[in-house]
Amino acid sequence: MTEIFNITLLSLQVSAIATVISLLVGLPFGTWLALGNFRGRSFILSIINTGMALPPVVVGLVVAIMLWRSGPLGSLHLIYTPVAIIIAQTIIAAPVVTGLTAAALEALDPRLQQQLLGLGASRGQMIWYLWREARLPLLAALMAGFGSVISEVGASMMVGGNIRGQTRVLTTAIVLETSKGEFGQALALSTLLLVLTYLINLALTWIQQRGAKK
Amino acid sequence: MIQIRDLLIQRNGIDALRIDSLDIQRGETLTVVGPNGAGKSTLLLALARLIKPASGEIIYDGRSQKQWDELEYRRKISFVFQSPLLMDMSVEQNVALGLTFRGTPKEEISERVGKWMKQLGVEALSKRRAGQLSGGEAQRVSLARAFVLDPELLLLDEPFSALDPPTRAKLFEDLSALLKEDHRTAVFVTHNLNEATKLSHRIAVIVGGILRQVGTAKQIKSRPADETVAAFLHELPQ
Repeated sequence: MTEIFNITLLSLQVSAIATVISLLVGLPFGTWLALGNFRGRSFILSIINTGMALPPVVVGLVVAIMLWRSGPLGSLHLIYTPVAIIIAQTIIAAPVVTGLTAAALEALDPRLQQQLLGLGASRGQMIWYLWREARLPLLAALMAGFGSVISEVGASMMVGGNIRGQTRVLTTAIVLETSKGEFGQALALSTLLLVLTYLINLALTWIQQRGAKK
Repeated sequence: MIQIRDLLIQRNGIDALRIDSLDIQRGETLTVVGPNGAGKSTLLLALARLIKPASGEIIYDGRSQKQWDELEYRRKISFVFQSPLLMDMSVEQNVALGLTFRGTPKEEISERVGKWMKQLGVEALSKRRAGQLSGGEAQRVSLARAFVLDPELLLLDEPFSALDPPTRAKLFEDLSALLKEDHRTAVFVTHNLNEATKLSHRIAVIVGGILRQVGTAKQIKSRPADETVAAFLHELPQ
């Protein structure tokens, strides 16, 4: 029971940290892409949109190569640690948050920027109020980012190694139990993962809908 | 108050507006008329410093735009767009928006917002969400949001064009009274020559991205500067 609790806690920790980092990167980057008018913008957006569909195993492979003992970042000794999973999950979630942030802001009336500036907003105030105006799709971006990492298995397995008591998360534990033929255990863990994901999304949806009525 | 000299504004590499010389006096209401796409809104955007001129100068209170801090300059101005562009918040919060940007104390915001909501007849709607307003109500809120800032220069870009005729007429009367009451400097864009004549001290005619003529309604109607102006005036609703 304690082991399942620890696995669940670690799953939530790494995915929450990866989602927060993705938000810290993706919100400003997506805003810059949405509001900017520069050469190469469409190209960067197309790369980000491709990144939204990045296969977790490919991310896992690249991160594993980088962090491998003989790899360029091998001296950091991060392979098979929770930090390695956070790095891989951030690479998976960041394009999702960036792409959906850009889409959310691009969906606003473009004259809204001029209106806010025309009322005396500074650049920072303008961006803050645009975020406020797009808060519902931005929260959806956050939910999508979290959903993309809490449910992935390939990257966590490759860079975390599924080490008992250290890097085992819910998804990698489910794979392990299935490979052992312990379907009952695997089903129980799957149900736990689904319930957790549901509860987190329920809370975010509640916040989102409360924002819609405000 | 404002001197425009040799102004050229380009949009997407094409000349959008050319003005050799235009002065706007303090307390004056200047109405800008011209066909769609003539460059009227471009003039307002340039005056608000929301687009940069390719060349030429806009001098405000004796200082060129380069000599003004951008934010300080923009905070002397209020801009009312064709559509109300209200934020997804209450009427009261929308009217308070510009004051919030300026860091005005809460008590002062409350007092000024209350005054201008009353003045524009939207006091009863103060707690209502912007999305629940009719077109006329929303534009009244938009005007209150601009007037509450007590701007040195008010820029109005066809604020009534999307309204039905009775609402438009009523709102025009109210705006006209407000502008006359406090002698505010305003630049007003419209298609309606009747409105232009009633509201303004002078009219500027822009056709094809060029400022063709500036003068009183009487001067423009009786002595159009050229055939282009005459043809345009002939087509306007009187």
